[in-house]
Amino acid sequence: MATQILENSTPYCDPVDGRAPLILKDDSFAGITNAVARPIEQPQPKVWYVLFALGLALLGLLGVSVLYLIYKGTGIWGINNPVDWGWAIVNFVWWVGIGHAGTLISAILYLFRQKWRTSINRAAEAMTIFAVMCAGVFPAIHVGRIWVIYWVFPIPNQMAMWPNFRSPLLWDVFAVSTYFTVSLLFWYTGLIPDLATMRDRTKGRIARAVYGLFALGWRGSNRHWQHYERAYLLLAGLSTPLVLSVHTIVSFDFAVSQVPGWHTTIFPPYFVAGAIFSGFAMVLTLMIPVRKLYGLEHIITVRHLENTAKIILLTGTLVGYAYAMEFFIAWYGGNPYEAFAFVNRMFGPYAWAYWIMIACNVITPQIFWFKKLRTNLTVLFIASIFVNIGMWFERFVIAVTSLHRDYLPSSWDYYSPTFWDVATYLGTFGLFITMFCLFLRYVPAIAIAEVKAVVPHADPHFVGDAAHGGAHQ
Amino acid sequence: MTGTTNSSTPWGLLAEFETPQAIYHACEKVRDAGYTAWDAHTPFPVHGLDKAMGLKPSVLPWITLAAGLTGLSGALLLQWWVSVIEYPLVISGKPLFSLPAFAPIMFELTVLLSAFGTVFGMLALNRLPMLYHPLFTSERFERVTDDRFFISIESSDSKFDAETTAAFLRELGADHVELVEE
Repeated sequence: MATQILENSTPYCDPVDGRAPLILKDDSFAGITNAVARPIEQPQPKVWYVLFALGLALLGLLGVSVLYLIYKGTGIWGINNPVDWGWAIVNFVWWVGIGHAGTLISAILYLFRQKWRTSINRAAEAMTIFAVMCAGVFPAIHVGRIWVIYWVFPIPNQMAMWPNFRSPLLWDVFAVSTYFTVSLLFWYTGLIPDLATMRDRTKGRIARAVYGLFALGWRGSNRHWQHYERAYLLLAGLSTPLVLSVHTIVSFDFAVSQVPGWHTTIFPPYFVAGAIFSGFAMVLTLMIPVRKLYGLEHIITVRHLENTAKIILLTGTLVGYAYAMEFFIAWYGGNPYEAFAFVNRMFGPYAWAYWIMIACNVITPQIFWFKKLRTNLTVLFIASIFVNIGMWFERFVIAVTSLHRDYLPSSWDYYSPTFWDVATYLGTFGLFITMFCLFLRYVPAIAIAEVKAVVPHADPHFVGDAAHGGAHQ
Repeated sequence: MTGTTNSSTPWGLLAEFETPQAIYHACEKVRDAGYTAWDAHTPFPVHGLDKAMGLKPSVLPWITLAAGLTGLSGALLLQWWVSVIEYPLVISGKPLFSLPAFAPIMFELTVLLSAFGTVFGMLALNRLPMLYHPLFTSERFERVTDDRFFISIESSDSKFDAETTAAFLRELGADHVELVEE
């Protein structure tokens, strides 16, 4: 252990765990502030403008798709009877799932005192919020008559009608809206000190006023930090069961029904594992280009990406286990309809989707057993895209293959999406890209105060080199 | 920093330190000297500074608990009243008061109200938002959100004396001590 520390070329290791430092170069407090604030203060790279334009264009497509849907009705989609849950529900589950990684990083890794989370939690939480916004579009427009969407809320109305609290779809309304609200509160709470940093750095009058307004007059007071830190811990503690509950309740939408292939008790843990799996893949898809574009490679290091890959390996393997267990139970349970549903998944008309899912979700993550591969950025990026695709197909397989051949063979049908299904889905990418570009442009993409707190010389008992002020007294 | 020469009492003194180590030890001494109306200002939460300052634990968890219990009982009350009293419908042969089916929304509203209680409780305990504060008149104080550490002692403190308190702060190793006007 001791030789390991001595041989390490980095300035210092953590003396307790002997691990490499989280920040690789210039970890002075001012250095961290500059590295994170500079991308906001400098002109954006050309790629940003390209992506922002693309995002706006696709956002326009979303607007057109939604307006046409409201004008014409859900008939413009490919849904039919028996497949009344098509791409809209698949996309909803996919986007909500992506959000889960942000909360896992911000809340669960915080409770487990994983210091490395500080480099990626801000951007991952932003990803969560934008992904949940994209997700929320689908169930809202899927109701068909969106102007009566208020029927899902327990509010008095002229029909003296109330929602059915025994319905998983209503639980979903509460779960997703709570998840969005709490994620937003958590994210904003974390942002307050960093917005104050931007307020104190910015020269422009308007920018200073806006940052100042949102920083709420934060002045770094330790009497404030005390309540603030407690609030942060409580929010982490609240978000942890919340994030597990959201995809659990999303899975209830399926599991509480009587449809073969849906009606299983494995769904909640299986959905949560899948959600975290896809979310971490999206974190890689976003972080690999962002750290490069904005010169943040010394803060979001390969070690951070490697840890993310390890979580993808774990959750991907859990998902693979769930696929296998579903099959086992379909056979072991002795229910012929259940058995048929699963054989149909593997060899029926949608077998192509099933095998894409297996290839992307079960086989792809297994490459992360090898350190060489999980520290290679090109491999990581491509694998993350594969996982994103695979998880979309997982939801497609679950929703569509179970429905298209139900109990009554005379109603069996094949479901294909229409132009508007595809347009709406692409449109939500527009919403996501636009929001994420604006986030990178105006908001510190890394939690400045939190990163400062985990560098070694932030410890009040730090005894170190002269470059960091050395030991006191 | 405004440099006014009127005889009004200043808001207090602001002392600047360079490292978390320096402010930690300085806080211990200000605490031991018996000051009460004072504060430390840091760019990030310095570990253990609460103890060095002698602060009592935050009461925030109690606010969160109260808000959470409100959410829990509110959700139960809402679902019971709607399903049993106002709009009784028998669905799938289940009892009107079907508690297991009410659990998800009870959980969600508990978390939702706890989160509101936590965030707004924290802001209320901190008296935030407060967009103006005398400390913002100091130019050096802008670095409190970057890389500098400060101790402020208010003139309302019974032990405060512009001369001796400033000398005391310098003795603690402050790089710079200034008077902040109201």
